[in-house]
Amino acid sequence: MAEIIDNSPALEIHDLIVSYQKKPVLYGVDIAIPEGSMVGVVGPNGAGKSTLIKTVMGLVPHSHGWVKIFGGDLKNSIKRIGYVPQRESVDWDFPVSVMDVVLMGCYGGLGLHRRPGKKEKDKASEALEKVGLEAYSKRQISNLSGGQQQRVFLARALAQESDLYLMDEPFAGVDAATEVAIVELLCQIRDQGKTLVVVHHDLATAREYFDMILLLNMRVVGFGKTENVFNAELLQKTYGGRLTALSEIADKLAREKI
Amino acid sequence: MIFALYFLSIDQLYAARIGELVESNSWDQIKRFFTFSDRGLQLSLIGALLFGSVCGLTGSFIVVRRMALFGDAISHAVLPGVAIGFMWGMEKDPLAILVGATIAGLLGSVLVQAIVRTSRIKQDAALGIVLASFFAVGLCLIRMIQNHEGASKMSGLKTYLFGDVAVIDSSDIMTMSVIVVLTFVLFYFLYRPLLIVSFDRQFAYSLGIPVRLLDAVFQMFLAIAIVISLQAVGVVLVSAMLIIPAATAYLLADRMNKMIFLAIIIGVMSAILGVFFSFLGSNLPTGPFMVISSSLLFAMAYLFSPKNGRITNWYRYLQLKSKVRKENTLKLIYHYLEKNAEAKEGVNIEVSELLRTSKGDTKGKLSSLRILEKSGSIELENKKLSLTNLGLEQASSIVRNHRLWELYLTNEANYAADHVHDDAEKVEHLLSEEKVKELELFLDHPTVDPHGKPIPGRGQV
Repeated sequence: MAEIIDNSPALEIHDLIVSYQKKPVLYGVDIAIPEGSMVGVVGPNGAGKSTLIKTVMGLVPHSHGWVKIFGGDLKNSIKRIGYVPQRESVDWDFPVSVMDVVLMGCYGGLGLHRRPGKKEKDKASEALEKVGLEAYSKRQISNLSGGQQQRVFLARALAQESDLYLMDEPFAGVDAATEVAIVELLCQIRDQGKTLVVVHHDLATAREYFDMILLLNMRVVGFGKTENVFNAELLQKTYGGRLTALSEIADKLAREKI
Repeated sequence: MIFALYFLSIDQLYAARIGELVESNSWDQIKRFFTFSDRGLQLSLIGALLFGSVCGLTGSFIVVRRMALFGDAISHAVLPGVAIGFMWGMEKDPLAILVGATIAGLLGSVLVQAIVRTSRIKQDAALGIVLASFFAVGLCLIRMIQNHEGASKMSGLKTYLFGDVAVIDSSDIMTMSVIVVLTFVLFYFLYRPLLIVSFDRQFAYSLGIPVRLLDAVFQMFLAIAIVISLQAVGVVLVSAMLIIPAATAYLLADRMNKMIFLAIIIGVMSAILGVFFSFLGSNLPTGPFMVISSSLLFAMAYLFSPKNGRITNWYRYLQLKSKVRKENTLKLIYHYLEKNAEAKEGVNIEVSELLRTSKGDTKGKLSSLRILEKSGSIELENKKLSLTNLGLEQASSIVRNHRLWELYLTNEANYAADHVHDDAEKVEHLLSEEKVKELELFLDHPTVDPHGKPIPGRGQV
């Protein structure tokens, strides 16, 4: 990759294979994401976008290859990652307030049993202010709209003060005005030198939002600066269906456990 | 199936109950209960306090993590452990039974997870398989001990099936106290990570929380909570003491710490009520009474919870309905005055004239006129009515709400002027004072609605 700077990349994925119930979802993913970039992960449904993020987080096991975060392995660097899961992944009837959820982001800095003090609460309030939810801090989370729920997740990630953010569809179910606000926020984070990897399903906006694009459909179809990757030929390749032969052989490979 | 098994053997599972120690009427029993003079009763109450609180605490996490079925399975799975613990010394040694039961419970949970992970069987089926087979093994073992040892030594063991607070002795209380203190200390220190894992497991991983270890610790303390409640509640019903108090608290609280606090109180209350009822009537098993008590508490929360109780909601609905009826009648008067005279206080209207202007439900209108009279909004005399100052204020306010909302809809939401009336009919009763002020400011203190009618101002009253 031409973009690689001399120090180690924020996220490096080498020849990664992930199988799900013996069906491969990712095949030979090989990328290096430089620090301070905002990367959009784009691809059709079932392309393995969420799986890629979850694999980096260690939530899904991979059968081949490796992942390095700031040059180290996941165990040592997991606290440098901020994760924004899909909104549907939690129970929004859970008896916690908005503030409680955001305070969860401060947990990493605290020990196993220390309770959040004034410092953590200030940090959480600040994060809530950034996403425009300061008035909602005492509300129970079930009283929030979809867009507000998404912003609570973002605030929690902000409170984590991570160096690398992995976000799974942060724009899903969010109204247009909120989407613009979130994008602005993400740009601010990027401008502080942090790295963002964002799963995104809307092709029309991906081009203007991200510095770099990762086109994914089971394998990496294209990765690089947005202007280099975002062309008709590569998009056609990404969205033009799976490579049947690759899918079949990979399937067989996983099943036989060679 | 399981229940059938038990009721077949119910005659053999008879044990001493706290209530049958003395022959007396229930009034004397109540007096005895509240003087706490009975030694056996004291132990029972301490036991109820101990396990009721642990059940509330552990149960809260079971409920929010949607593990109710899991708790039920573990509570059945401990039975063979109880039997083996008993066989260890061939007597009721609380520690051996505790260890045996906890190991059996954990083994059950490991098996469930293994089945789910390595086969196509989903969790509910796996839980059913493990629950029933462990329980069956336990029943067989108990019968074997019984055949071998005769019935004399069985009284301690039999109560594990149905539960009987009366068999709790001081050595049980000692074991229970140590465990309860341990559990509370542990949950105090692990509260935050447990909360995060329960709410968002994937995020917990990303924070570097040892999720699996925490799960294992939680399951162990779940098994222990079940085991110390076994003697009092019995294998079959013990999961109810985990689930029902916590579920009741879930209906009432919207923060986890409040929920746990309430669940502990409700758990203790249910346990003590169970002791009370079983003390009152001779020969009544304690476990079922504890569960019935907790179910009654649950029913009360379900019906009367201030936030969302069924009856509370119904009452609120009735109140709103009567408010709407009252306001509509005031509006009718206002419209009549506006059309035929002037919207002012003290102008007399014939009641029959007023009723002629609108169709339907004359009876309802007459009754709301009487209500309005009582609340001082109108004066009724000689089949004539007039608005008081208060009534005029109320009537203007409802008409103002209606016309402001119509104007808002036509101006801002681009509704056609002839479509806004029905919506305003509903919204007028729901607008708060602040919202009205906001609307007035937003619409720049308008004086005329989209149909050309004046919007009553505040100053004119």
